Amino acid sequence: MGLADLSVQIGALTLKNPLIAASGCFGYGVEYTEAVDLSTLGGVAVKGLFLKPREGHPPERIVETPSGMLNAIGLQGIGVHRFIDEKLPELRRLRATVIVNICGSTLDEYVELARILSDAEGVAALELNISCPNIKEGGITFGCSLHGTFDVVSAVKKVTALPIIPKLTPNVTDVASFARASEDAGADAVSLVNTFLAMAIDVETRRPELSNIVGGLSGPAIRPIAVRMVYECRRAVKIPVIGMGGIASARDALEFIIAGADAVQVGTANFVDPFIWQKLLDGITEYMRRHNISRIGDLVGTIDTTSREKEWISS
Amino acid sequence: MLRDVEARVISNTRLSPDYNVIALAAPEIAEATQPGQFVMVKSARSADPLLRRPFSVFEVLRSNNRVEGLTLLSKRIGVTTKILYDAVAGDRIACLGPLGRPFEIVDPPVEAWMVAGGVGLAPFATLGEALLARGTKTTLFYGARTGAELFYLDWFQSRGIRLVLATEDGLTGDRGRVTVPLERELRELESRTPSPESRSQVMIYACGPEPMLEAVAHVAAKFRRPSQVSVERTMGCGMGGCYSCVIPVRGEAGSERTRPPHYVRSCIAGPVFRGEDVVWD
Repeated sequence: MGLADLSVQIGALTLKNPLIAASGCFGYGVEYTEAVDLSTLGGVAVKGLFLKPREGHPPERIVETPSGMLNAIGLQGIGVHRFIDEKLPELRRLRATVIVNICGSTLDEYVELARILSDAEGVAALELNISCPNIKEGGITFGCSLHGTFDVVSAVKKVTALPIIPKLTPNVTDVASFARASEDAGADAVSLVNTFLAMAIDVETRRPELSNIVGGLSGPAIRPIAVRMVYECRRAVKIPVIGMGGIASARDALEFIIAGADAVQVGTANFVDPFIWQKLLDGITEYMRRHNISRIGDLVGTIDTTSREKEWISS
Repeated sequence: MLRDVEARVISNTRLSPDYNVIALAAPEIAEATQPGQFVMVKSARSADPLLRRPFSVFEVLRSNNRVEGLTLLSKRIGVTTKILYDAVAGDRIACLGPLGRPFEIVDPPVEAWMVAGGVGLAPFATLGEALLARGTKTTLFYGARTGAELFYLDWFQSRGIRLVLATEDGLTGDRGRVTVPLERELRELESRTPSPESRSQVMIYACGPEPMLEAVAHVAAKFRRPSQVSVERTMGCGMGGCYSCVIPVRGEAGSERTRPPHYVRSCIAGPVFRGEDVVWD
């Protein structure tokens, strides 16, 4: 058997492998060049950008919880113009496949961001952040309404030829219906899940651990729920599904792929181990060799749900 | 160069019921570390706690001119510091580093005054050695709750670093916070050299609890002396990825430009800042 084919197709975009650095967990990518050659990643989803710079929430912004962490950063960021001027040239030089995560307070802001980024050199795709649980205005209000999701995806689709990937929130009753609304509106893929709205309290002081009181839960604690949601979305849509939520090993990434993810994003685990990427790639390649799988696409959604109890029941 | 090492615990010295110095076989990191830089550590054998915690590099261990590893000075307050306190030789600690912006080291005739509060002593062993290597006259102002929590006094003294101590019970050194003797000596220095031209130069370095850093920055500014403070904020990654460890500053890191207060990541813009740049709460 020759070299394993790890490539993934997202609309017109080909990722060289299914590993994407998750937005909000990888800065603007340039912070990590000492740990990983960005050109070896399937994609780099940069920190969520608004039109204008934002300061974010005051500390405390994170707290560790069992097998996970809560964050309420509040989308601190340099804004789209400084990103294009200061970060994008470096990302181009590093030959990164750049997925820009965009956030708006209004539908017009998403459209404006999509226009601006479509004209910038070196942007491979847009991830629509309609799922950040930590800011009041915009974003999540689109992501928690089927009409809002449909409207923002179709409005952005009209103004850009870039592949668009709405990032879905798990804080809804039926995430698959949001994947379907995205597909109906012309999304090229969906990514899920963003973090679970959660909170933690210091019982001695009776104060919330986070300045924002509530925050988003990520890390291995959420992985089984995220796998279930990816599985549900895979059955609901034809477009690629990008799975994430607590992936910390090649085994975890494979679990998402078998559940139906075409690609995966890794976030919290990169905080723990910025050298994780090569280990993930090696682990996936080793698995493919062991299972005689030549194309990663052949593994997507191959979960075997046939009952093993059948014969026993009928006998 | 950044490295992640599953470092073997060479030794672990418990200094008190809370404090310990743990020696880790991470020579590549130790060799590359500049004074004021830090490492992110966690147990190499357990995924709990999930996130690493930051520690200043305390000493760079050398034997026969070869770097063997580094030590961390730790105070047991949480889960990771308990793991470090309880560790025994042969255990493995995952150690990522070196990280962060180091101290700027001053040369003679500028004097260095290092100001440590409690476990904030940590960056001053390597800084002290670097200063002495340049022939810079160096003083350590060192405060703790009691004399029993003042450590490594012989280590500093034997290298020619002058010690000025303060304890809250007053049984060792000055009574009160470490800023008491610091302010007194700054006043004495001022009265000895009243004219601006003959003013002797001092760089103040500080590490400790944030209220202490604020007090040091305030005292330094009052006597128009520059200061560098090493801050510690709740940190997720140490690499600039998570944006959790932010601190409000008004200066442009590393330049004379000033800006309205804005958050910067203390892991990559710091942990060392000019005292006058930080917007203290």
